[in-house]
Amino acid sequence: MSVITIDNASKSYVIKHKLSKGNTLRDDIVNFANSVFRGQKVSEKEIFWALKNINLKVEPGDRLGLIGSNGAGKSTLLKLLSRITAPTSGEIRIKGRMASLLEVGTGFHPELTGRENIYLNGSILGMRKYEIDTQFDNIVEFAGIQKFLDTPVKRYSSGMYVRLGFAIAAHLEPEILVVDEVLAVGDADFQKKSIGKMRDVSKSGRTILFVSHNLTAVESLCDKGAFLSKGELIDHGPIKNVIHNYIQKVSAFQIKQEWDTINEAPGQNGIFAKRVELKSDEELASGAQLTTKVPLKIEYEFWNDLDNANLNLSVFLYSMTGECIFNMANESRNFQKGIISCEFKIPGDFLNDGSYYVSLMVVQDGLKPLFVFDEALQFDIHDFREGSEYLGKWPGAVRPMSLKVKTWQKELVE
Amino acid sequence: MKSEKVRVITARPSFIDYWKEIFDYRELFWILAKRDIMVRYKQTIFGVLWSVLRPLISSLVYVFGVNRIGNLSEGSEIPYILVILPGTILWLFFSQSLLNISLSIVTNNNLVAKVFFPRIIIPFSSFFLGLLDFVIGLIVFFGFSFYYGYFPELKVVFVIVFAILSYLATAGIGLFASVLNVKYRDIGQLIPFILSFGMFISPVLYTTDKVVGHWTYNLYVLNPAVGAIDGLRWALLGDYASFNWDSFIPLIVFCVVSLALSIRFFRKHENSFVDYI
Repeated sequence: MSVITIDNASKSYVIKHKLSKGNTLRDDIVNFANSVFRGQKVSEKEIFWALKNINLKVEPGDRLGLIGSNGAGKSTLLKLLSRITAPTSGEIRIKGRMASLLEVGTGFHPELTGRENIYLNGSILGMRKYEIDTQFDNIVEFAGIQKFLDTPVKRYSSGMYVRLGFAIAAHLEPEILVVDEVLAVGDADFQKKSIGKMRDVSKSGRTILFVSHNLTAVESLCDKGAFLSKGELIDHGPIKNVIHNYIQKVSAFQIKQEWDTINEAPGQNGIFAKRVELKSDEELASGAQLTTKVPLKIEYEFWNDLDNANLNLSVFLYSMTGECIFNMANESRNFQKGIISCEFKIPGDFLNDGSYYVSLMVVQDGLKPLFVFDEALQFDIHDFREGSEYLGKWPGAVRPMSLKVKTWQKELVE
Repeated sequence: MKSEKVRVITARPSFIDYWKEIFDYRELFWILAKRDIMVRYKQTIFGVLWSVLRPLISSLVYVFGVNRIGNLSEGSEIPYILVILPGTILWLFFSQSLLNISLSIVTNNNLVAKVFFPRIIIPFSSFFLGLLDFVIGLIVFFGFSFYYGYFPELKVVFVIVFAILSYLATAGIGLFASVLNVKYRDIGQLIPFILSFGMFISPVLYTTDKVVGHWTYNLYVLNPAVGAIDGLRWALLGDYASFNWDSFIPLIVFCVVSLALSIRFFRKHENSFVDYI
């Protein structure tokens, strides 16, 4: 029998829209007076379906990864499952005890010590006192807070806080463990421990629901997946298929822009963009996933309205946070009126995973910028790893795999 | 521990499951209460001594005020502090519990929004704090009464009954307020005013005898705090306070009716707390 049966569950929220704009107290009073004395409607109600007719079955021992972009309804679904809020319609049947880590350390009281909070949090999560007593040492050891057991948690570092929270929930021995994005915090060592603990949980025949934006972690940990979008369950099944499906649907990056006539095209000082495109060596199938391994090619064509001009192209690559990763330009060359084509290659195994954008600048005589095409291309690069135990975010702006780190044994101790 | 129980989550949970679940979480009543008690006097110099000081200081202030201004203490056969202390202790218990219950859901919003457990545990566990003060207040009272040479009679055991009744009355009002306060925080602002007004229409500074015969008396006794304070005085003051059926019966009726209605109201709304909090 399934551990979790979700039968046609829906959840709706009523959102109010103010009809008049104002935001001051005076406006509020005027609106209120209008609504009372003239019966005018102040706000309009709209029903928002956070989840719509979800049907899903989870079998014992499944490790189900919930994926979907922000606002897809993942958290709402977890809230329904962990009974924080009730479904508007439909039914959910759960067999066994469930522990949810929607946000670790919930219910910690900052003034209480670690020891006191273990008991407090454990009971809130549904543990009996004798269970906490037997697990107490394991929890403390797993969290690695032996020294700070009698310190109020308000003095804990955020890492200690999260570790303690995860440790308590992980030792609850639930039949179903719900985990939401806890792996984002904590160092590599703790991540490994957590994933190990979650594997143990699933090996002993218990069930895990895992929500994360880190697809690498989801893929390595889960065997089943469910893909939510705008409150609807789009796909569920083996994790690989679901992730593949998900990537195809959500890759909403801008990898091509093209203009037919010079009048519509953006431009300045006689330079007008015609076409800009991101390609990879293997032809980019629409929506295929760009990973750190794939070599990229940027193609840029522009109309040149200047006769006999010395032009060159300068390429800027920015991270989404606006940091310039690099800027490369070529030598100036003499061009006539017409269309000019440019090409720039970024090798594979060079960029790190993340979101990037490219700006292109056409320069005259090597010093005068004619036209800066800002954010011409936007794209996401997804993580690709082989044989790495570490699943957290790979730090750094670039990941130049051609640079090798070498280690060798220089001497042997006799 | 293996629980093979199947939980059904729907828009309307069944009645029996609801109470069973509260029973499963019974340890949480005490754990949450312990948290409130432990946290309360952290980073204070006097610590738990505050529980002794508060009823003591308020009573002394009242006695001083009453002696100076009014003629309320006239005709009292025993030291007036012995009359005022039970009223003060019970009123503090009543007002503090009401305030705590009304605000309990909102102050625990981090729990409500993140973990599931029967919500009704929150308001019901919030009264332990007041209970602790109540017990300490009683000790202060006995200190005074021994000092003046008055010893309680056997009926002192009824103190427990009146503590429970006044708590139930508080919960009857407080549960309504706690639910409403989730959506309308005005309630939290309003309660202190109601309480400061309530102190004048309850026999805290005076005895109910002063009101007997006045045309408002029949209305006056409907206040549940009147019944509770009268009862507590009767239990504590031996022959010096008589049992007042006029206020006792309304208290019982109030407890039963308000509690039944407010628990129903709470159940109806508790699932949507997280959507409004």
